Amino acid sequence: MEPPEEPLRPVIYTMENKPIVTCAGDQNLFASVYPTLSQQLPREPMEWRRSYGRAPKMIHLESNFVQFKEELLPKEGNKALLTFPFLHIYWTECCDTEVYKATLKDDITKWQNVLKAHSSVDWLIVVVESDAKKKNKTNILPRTSIVDKIRNDFCNKQSDRCVVLCDPLKDSSRTQESWNAFLTKLRTLLLMSFTKNLGKFEDDMRTLREKRTEPGWSFCEYFMVQEELAFVFEMLQQFEDALVQYDELDALFSQYVVNFGAGDGANWLTFFCQSVKSWNGLILRKPIDMEKRELIQSQEATLLDLRSYLFSRQCTLLIFLQRPWEVSQRALELLHNCVQELKLLEVSVPPGALDCWVFLSCLEVLQRIEGCCDRAQIDSNISHTVGLWSYATEKLKSLGYLCGLVSENGPNSEDLNRTVDLLAGLGAERPETAKTAQSPYKKLKEALSSVEAFEKHYLDLSHATIEMYTSIGRIRSAKLVGKDLAEFYMRKKSPQKAEVYLQNALKNYVAEGWALPITHTRKQLAECQKHLGQIENYLQTSSLLASDTHLTEDERKHFCQEILNFANEQKESPGLKVVLSMHSFAQLKHLHFDPSNALVHVGGTLSIEITLLSQMPISVQVEQIAVSVHFSIEKNSYRKTAEWLTKHKTSNGIISFPNENSSVPFSRSSSPALELYEMYERSPSDNSLNTTGIICKNVHMLLRRQESSSSLEIPSGVTLEDGAHILKCSNVTLDPGVNKIIFRTQAKEPGTYTLRQMCTSVGQVQFVLPHIYPIVQYDVYSQDPQLKVEPLTDSLLAGIPQKVKFTVTTGYYTIKNGDSLQLSNADAMLILFHAENRAIIYSNTREKSSEASLMIQSSEKVTSVSLPMAPAYHMIEFELEVLSLPSTPTSGESDKLVNKEPQRKNKEKQKAGNCMVTLDQKVSIDCPWSIYSTIIALTFNIPFKATHSLLSAGKRKYIQVCVQNLSELGFQLSDSNLIDTGNSPDLQLVPLNTKCQKGNKARQEDPRELVGDAEPKNSIYIQHIYSKQSVFFVWELLWTKELPPSLHCHFSLDFYPASEDRSISLKPYSYEFQVENFFTLYNVKAEIFPPLGTEYCKTGSLCSLEVSITRLSDLLEVDKDEALTESDEYCTTKLMYEVVDNSSNWAVCGKSSGVISMPVTARATHKVHMEVMPLFAGYLPFPDVRLFKYLPHHSAHSTQLDADSWIENDNLSVDKNMDDQTDNSSQKSKSSSHSAASVEHKGLPMPRLQPFPSGQVFNSSTGMQILVIPSKDDHILEVSVT
Amino acid sequence: MAVCIAVIAKENYPLYIRSIPAEQELKFHYTVHTSLDVVDEKVSAMGKALVDQRELYLGLLYPTEDYKVSLLSRLGIPCVKSMFPNQLHRYGYVTNSKVKFVMVVDSSNTALRDNEIRSMFRKLHNSYTDVMCNPFYNPGDRIHSRAFDNMVTSMMVQVC
Repeated sequence: MEPPEEPLRPVIYTMENKPIVTCAGDQNLFASVYPTLSQQLPREPMEWRRSYGRAPKMIHLESNFVQFKEELLPKEGNKALLTFPFLHIYWTECCDTEVYKATLKDDITKWQNVLKAHSSVDWLIVVVESDAKKKNKTNILPRTSIVDKIRNDFCNKQSDRCVVLCDPLKDSSRTQESWNAFLTKLRTLLLMSFTKNLGKFEDDMRTLREKRTEPGWSFCEYFMVQEELAFVFEMLQQFEDALVQYDELDALFSQYVVNFGAGDGANWLTFFCQSVKSWNGLILRKPIDMEKRELIQSQEATLLDLRSYLFSRQCTLLIFLQRPWEVSQRALELLHNCVQELKLLEVSVPPGALDCWVFLSCLEVLQRIEGCCDRAQIDSNISHTVGLWSYATEKLKSLGYLCGLVSENGPNSEDLNRTVDLLAGLGAERPETAKTAQSPYKKLKEALSSVEAFEKHYLDLSHATIEMYTSIGRIRSAKLVGKDLAEFYMRKKSPQKAEVYLQNALKNYVAEGWALPITHTRKQLAECQKHLGQIENYLQTSSLLASDTHLTEDERKHFCQEILNFANEQKESPGLKVVLSMHSFAQLKHLHFDPSNALVHVGGTLSIEITLLSQMPISVQVEQIAVSVHFSIEKNSYRKTAEWLTKHKTSNGIISFPNENSSVPFSRSSSPALELYEMYERSPSDNSLNTTGIICKNVHMLLRRQESSSSLEIPSGVTLEDGAHILKCSNVTLDPGVNKIIFRTQAKEPGTYTLRQMCTSVGQVQFVLPHIYPIVQYDVYSQDPQLKVEPLTDSLLAGIPQKVKFTVTTGYYTIKNGDSLQLSNADAMLILFHAENRAIIYSNTREKSSEASLMIQSSEKVTSVSLPMAPAYHMIEFELEVLSLPSTPTSGESDKLVNKEPQRKNKEKQKAGNCMVTLDQKVSIDCPWSIYSTIIALTFNIPFKATHSLLSAGKRKYIQVCVQNLSELGFQLSDSNLIDTGNSPDLQLVPLNTKCQKGNKARQEDPRELVGDAEPKNSIYIQHIYSKQSVFFVWELLWTKELPPSLHCHFSLDFYPASEDRSISLKPYSYEFQVENFFTLYNVKAEIFPPLGTEYCKTGSLCSLEVSITRLSDLLEVDKDEALTESDEYCTTKLMYEVVDNSSNWAVCGKSSGVISMPVTARATHKVHMEVMPLFAGYLPFPDVRLFKYLPHHSAHSTQLDADSWIENDNLSVDKNMDDQTDNSSQKSKSSSHSAASVEHKGLPMPRLQPFPSGQVFNSSTGMQILVIPSKDDHILEVSVT
Repeated sequence: MAVCIAVIAKENYPLYIRSIPAEQELKFHYTVHTSLDVVDEKVSAMGKALVDQRELYLGLLYPTEDYKVSLLSRLGIPCVKSMFPNQLHRYGYVTNSKVKFVMVVDSSNTALRDNEIRSMFRKLHNSYTDVMCNPFYNPGDRIHSRAFDNMVTSMMVQVC
């Protein structure tokens, strides 16, 4: 332990108690030694070993040396410890044996006897020796002898009870040594005495305590005993131990009170239950309040007296221990405790008395602490004292209310009487504080004296408390005190001062979401604002309260009525409009668009159904609900909306708003959830992904400053936007709970409309929802009228009726009566119409709205389709049948156009095979909404393709026409007809087509097998042609006279779609072609003979091949070319023959080709022999024999060749096949015009070869075969398996 | 035993608060709310002191004339004996997730020792943990659990 600070001691510690040590013997000697002794004794600490296992302590000893008197010794039964002499010392400086024997021994014996009589064993004999005396008396005995004698005489077995002090007043090492020894001895003995005597005392005390259950036991007596011990500890400066004594007393008393409360009452306790008559608070300025101590001693103390005394002692000790903060803490506990104990003991206390006591005590404790600490210490320990400040404030407040000091009119007589009683109980001011200006007593007296003084003191205290709470961060406590203060101001009719405290407190509760305190504070605030005349704020608060479910129904209705009253009052005099926040009035729950995609065309109607949850307790008649809409023109508004819609696909036109529950504002403290969307940006050209990412849609919610979130409470933040576009709904009654309000609007300008604010007007009061979130938009678009014409099937076929769908999208145009589509007639396309043609009108959302018959009028040039009446943004659909005419039989010119022109165009395709020839028909349509004509191009496919070929049999000629069906449809064919357009009478075309062909007989592979009897005209029979099939027709050419070199033919064929009946007469399919050089000039015949003497040809043996070329006719027009040489009517022409075997069956030996001169006369024959060798066995086809015209050099002709045809002809010359079926008129003409230069070098005078047109040479050995047997020595047998 | 039991979220709004008698509900709300000051003080002091991480009990927050308020926290605050009979005391308890339990105790029940308060808090904590384990409970929402309610009721009824 530490000794208390020196400057403090004299002030606090008025009782200079020290352990008493008596001095007997030579008083003069003692007087001479005393200064040194009293100075030296406390200098060094001594270890004090304690009983009961208590920790040893270092202790500085001090003593109060008094002269020995017998009266000092305690009598039997005297428990006083403070006056107890702990050690008795006998002083002597005797050095003379004689003197010793004569007087000293007796004196000591007498002293000892007195001690023994009081059973005191704590004594010490000090023999002081001085050199001065020794020198003077040389004959004296050695000093030891006196000491020894004394020891012998008195200290039997306790030789340490006698000590020698040498030259105490000198300054020598010997003196010092002697002093040290003496002091040590003295301290040891003192401590021994303490231990022994205190131990004994404690034992006695415990014994007394054990008796507490006995009937006559008195707490006050015991209190005095234990306090004695505490005093001793305090005297020994063992404050800790002293405090323990008081704490034990405290606990003991508390336990008794508790037991009393539990019904186990002690008799002595009833004494403490006497009614409280004095409440003058704690007194902490004196170390011992003797006044109260005496009361306890005389068993007259009340409970408050006892507690006060006990606490004052504890306080004193704690301050010695440098623990002032514990004082404040214990004080608060004590005060609470006392209040409770008085209640528990059912002590009658005048009203307000305890408040006075607590108030005084609080201030006393605070002043006591302030008295022993500096400012800085206090400031840093506010947390310990603030409780007391707060408590004092609270008590002063309740006193004020009790004594009528807070009421508006001041205290009445009853209040004054009460005040007087209370002041009487305080008694007179204590002398200690009488001079202090700010003593608690004076403060209380002054505060209770007048209304003004009370206000001043109360405000001082409150402000101090709030400040202290705020400075240590106990904001909530500060707000609560502030709220009390606000209540006070309200009582004092100063609402303007109260408001700020209420607002602050409310803000705190709202921020932390405490519903009940919010409601309560808001109610107070409402009253305050009403007094202040803050209409807007009051109404806002009222609306919040009206929607507060923590209030009773009646209260809510009251506040709701307040708003309505105001709204109606102001109705007559149009004053300012009061704008309030809507969230307390009603909540926006859902929004539903109709149409659900929130997309509407100009002029269309959009309805928005809003679900409002009214928070008001009663139905409210609302004059108008308006939603202000922000309009923006965006170019791609349609596209944007579509995108937006896909993101909200599931919403089905319903947008839900987050549930912002005002009664649970904590949802705001936790940040809103992230709204993330995927984002893809595609390149507009090729739709490839450019960028992708995630977009947070509510960044503005997440990143907004936290402070602004509380702005909800401030209605001034609500501003009404003035938008040009407003959706309105008038005279609505909002019932409590869910209401559905439907807004209808007619879309005007195209663009995007964003719903921004919602405003509900009730009289002059407007409730505004400043932001509608999530963003709600609808789009208005405008569309031009459109006409679309498209075939019903994949492709249109020419020649048969085809359906075409007309779609008119009206867009903004309204189709009036009489509006019609004017179709300019195309020559080759007919528009077929029936009476039953109907148009169907669809609404914008593809719902069928009506049906009307279609009026079609046709004049020579124009077909007019009168449209049914249809409103804007509708669709009219109807179908028309069109017929494209593939050919016009009356016009030979157009015929060529139809067939030959496309052929040329699609040359490549034709070669590839089955592509249909297309035919574009352009129709110009005049629409009623436009001055410009719309040109619609329809593409028709011609379903057939016809080819012809000339066939020869010797001199007989046949024409074969092949008709190929390229379409997907099957057709019925009839009336095939081939006529000679030259109408030559000498010519006859005999059809060889079978009369009746049925079913699959039409599918003949070889056209030659189709040859049959001539068919009688006019007989109708039907031939089916299926998709992708061909039908062949053959006619024999018969003529009587010589024919012109060319023949124009016209083929026509009736056809019908196989699936339809032939009710409509369709134009026949026609095909015109020309046949040239069809007359046979030469007959070529090849014969192979086996070698002489053998029956069959053998492989590897030479056979003879005989080619005979016979002229069949005389000179004709066609022969007149360069090869012809005329001499005396004997004409010859030069021919070249060539034997080619492409299949490598034969090896031609020797010359395989040659030029012959052929007479141009009928039956002129030329024979050529050559040798060939078969290379394989079996039936081998004959090698080909080809015949060319051999033309002499003709320079003019050859130079006309260009490079391309040269190459082409080169190819032709290598692979010439006269029997190729593919030759037709065009090919033939081509080869006839170009192949002349086949073997000719450019620019050189070389003869040319010209192949004959296919009809001029008849090869009679085509297709012949000859049997070749294998030679005998050939062992190789080739077997080919196919 | 307890007259008011409150569970306070990390953000200091009440997740659950119940008190008896019901007429004094408002007073208890204010009381519990102000006691959060002391909780904050103790919790922030926690950062400085090296304390046992397992100790959640905050001890007696502060007594008023009528109540004792207790809290649980990670702080190892020595037990405060209820030496003040006939008062209501507040006790506190703060979980590691900074959820606070506040209990207001009528101190006239002197039999209530610190250890009993601790065990009550432990019970409360366990029950709260059960509530949190409910997959349908959204952390941060007010607690509407019958099991929790029953447990709180059992702790309150014991007094009377």
